[in-house]
Amino acid sequence: MADQLKMTGIKKIFPGVVALDGVDFRLLPGEIHALMGENGAGKSTLIKVLTGVYDIDGGEIELAGQQVRFTGPLQAQQAGISTVYQEVNLCPNLSVAENIFIGREPRKFGRIQWSEMRKRAAALLARLDLDLDVTAQLDSYSLAIQQMVAIARAVDIQARVLILDEPTSSLDASEVEQLFTIMRRLRDEGVAILFVSHFLDQVYEIADRMTVLRNGRLIGEFRTEDLPQMQLISKMIGKELEALEEIEEQAREASSPERGTPILEARQLGRTGAIAPFDLTIHAGEVVGLAGLLGSGRTELARLLFGADRPDHGELLVDGNASAVKSPREAMAKGIAFSSENRRTEGIIGELTVRENIILAMQAARGWTRPIPRRKQDELVDKYVKALQIRPADPERLVRDLSGGNQQKVLLARWLIIEPRLLIIDEPTRGIDVGAKAEIQRLVAQLADGGMAVLFVSAELEEVLRLSHKIEVLRDRRLVEELQNGDDVDADRIMQTIASGATP
Amino acid sequence: MTTLLRHRLFWPTAVLVVLLASNLVFSNNFFSITLQDGHLYGSLIDILRRSAPLVLVALGMTLVIATGGIDLSVGSVMAISGALACLLIGDLSNPDALGPVLLVVGAAIALCVVFGLWNGFLVAVLGIQPIIATLILMVAGRGVAQLITGGQILNVHSAPYRVIGAGYFLAVPVSFLIAAVAVGLTVALTRRTALGLLLESVGGSPTASRLAGIRARRITIMVYVFAAAFAGVAGLIYSSDVSSADSNAAGNLIELNAILAVVLGGTALTGGRFSIAGSVLGAVIITTLDITAVSVGVPVETTLLFKAVVVIILCLAQSATFRAKVFGRFGTKRVEVPA
Repeated sequence: MADQLKMTGIKKIFPGVVALDGVDFRLLPGEIHALMGENGAGKSTLIKVLTGVYDIDGGEIELAGQQVRFTGPLQAQQAGISTVYQEVNLCPNLSVAENIFIGREPRKFGRIQWSEMRKRAAALLARLDLDLDVTAQLDSYSLAIQQMVAIARAVDIQARVLILDEPTSSLDASEVEQLFTIMRRLRDEGVAILFVSHFLDQVYEIADRMTVLRNGRLIGEFRTEDLPQMQLISKMIGKELEALEEIEEQAREASSPERGTPILEARQLGRTGAIAPFDLTIHAGEVVGLAGLLGSGRTELARLLFGADRPDHGELLVDGNASAVKSPREAMAKGIAFSSENRRTEGIIGELTVRENIILAMQAARGWTRPIPRRKQDELVDKYVKALQIRPADPERLVRDLSGGNQQKVLLARWLIIEPRLLIIDEPTRGIDVGAKAEIQRLVAQLADGGMAVLFVSAELEEVLRLSHKIEVLRDRRLVEELQNGDDVDADRIMQTIASGATP
Repeated sequence: MTTLLRHRLFWPTAVLVVLLASNLVFSNNFFSITLQDGHLYGSLIDILRRSAPLVLVALGMTLVIATGGIDLSVGSVMAISGALACLLIGDLSNPDALGPVLLVVGAAIALCVVFGLWNGFLVAVLGIQPIIATLILMVAGRGVAQLITGGQILNVHSAPYRVIGAGYFLAVPVSFLIAAVAVGLTVALTRRTALGLLLESVGGSPTASRLAGIRARRITIMVYVFAAAFAGVAGLIYSSDVSSADSNAAGNLIELNAILAVVLGGTALTGGRFSIAGSVLGAVIITTLDITAVSVGVPVETTLLFKAVVVIILCLAQSATFRAKVFGRFGTKRVEVPA
């Protein structure tokens, strides 16, 4: 079969960095091809080259046998290359239909045909098994639905090559299935699909072939069935496998912490429309995992404990004393820290430097009149940049220039320097690569060993199982079960609870 | 050379230098400074003296804009402050005594602080969009000023009061000294403390800032109080300079000039990173432009048009995208960082 897309010897150089060094890449029509590699391996750069965001410094791109060179994203789009990015790139304040047809609205005599547009949008969404009100504002839907709308938009542009960059990072299991159904249908229609994901299981479920990159170089192209998962990982990180297995064991070995007065106890705490009243206790040195599907109330529960939202039911005890935690500030004063799942909008402040982002919470707690002396700032920041291996290790770099995994580490550092007693981390490993994920997991285990209580929220059951002493299972905005993590508890057991809503 | 080009104050400074140099073409003695009666005289001194009110207003505006807000009421606050001062001085038994005049000045600034609190309350507590919240005072403030002056232009004769806007200290204009002190104060307040960082954080992302434990509300109220207080001082300088309170003319359209100064200085209207030095440069550029229009001999009726054209050119020259388009690869190239 002729290649739909063929890239040979692609070279891309940034000041001081060779991002892509003679990379070959090809896409066949009617295949799903996974692009694999750690953050910084060059995946994003390759995609940006392909979509015309970057110009290349060497090499050739052939599309359906014809040599092309894109000078902008629009050109690439017109040539039939559509992209859906990890972060939804739509306008939240426009309607669903407007978002799908923005820039190519059906017109008659220059006038937009609104009814035609709504009809076509509804038909298109129906094709993806989505039943939405196309006149509703996009931000009235969840992030997952917004992602689906972005895909609908990309699909409608007559795409020959469809690039999906981390499309599943904010989707839950059933939504991922729905997306895969759509992907398979498009593949069978002859579309060449490039798929990027950090979820290896998903890659193995959907991809026909994969290309592995490391440090801007091509490691190889493989058929999925020829490359077992562990071999893939070692190709991606270029390290032996023992390092990975080590983490697996470390957390499991940690003994269950001693009891006593819990740091935090929620008694029938709840907030109407967000999370039904629940009971929860967290002790020092304990890792409590929150498991549940997207939208099951995981984040809502965490936010109540931090005072980010106010409860309208029940009470919260800190160190055994009833105390209203009315704002994040008050929570911080009681030693509670919260790192949000929305890294970009609720976490980092992009235009500030790494150093400024790290000291922010500590500075906020001290108030503006007592600045942290610069020398102490540098000391603290240096320490955590090293400890968490934040890269690049330049505290004066703007945080928005860092990769997702490193931004996450900056956020963790922000909370670690205030030495909280309870650290609530919501989806810290979402959308980051295997290596960074392992580092963050190891860090959580270490912190708990050091006596810190951790509330760990994650959509990845394996991760929750690996780290937690105790697992709280949520379903439909209700805490349905508490499980002591032991040998009898596994992912299937939790899935059952999530699916049935009751103890089997 | 490239580091110099990339410095964020490079373009504003370049613009100012070009403006000053172009004046030289039209008047040879533009740069000459002489000492007459113990006062410094010359066009440059004139620029410094006349920049003072705008510099003050731009300082406050910079902080407000850094939080992602805007303050349209500064011109009206200037009028109110001048009006109250002139009214109270008119009632003094001895307008030439220093003590009472200082009290009057304090009272005028205190009233402005109250109006600043009002703006801050609307924005931070009630959550009204800054442009609307301050529009209320922009319109109503002129009314308040007219109420104070009884709809008249109040003339005052007070030697101590006149010093503020028209006096000299050690041969240097007092208004310039006031502005310089205000700049120093603002720099110290924002960069010596953590206020600057917290401001930038709130402007960069209010949600993230709240979750980091920053008292965004308090900080927001504070910047509106600063803006109003500085506008109050600017109002005193203006009214002292003309020895009267004119509720309509005082601070007329100065809010727009101040916003322009902030933008010319490289602070984005979307909030976040701010540059005080940039805003000061911006204010001086705008004043220089006004003076240049006169010295070049632009007819009075076309002054505004002349200013508009120059401002458009300035903004385009500062835009990296525009330079890249026009000068191709010679413009500053965007530095890309691989994700």
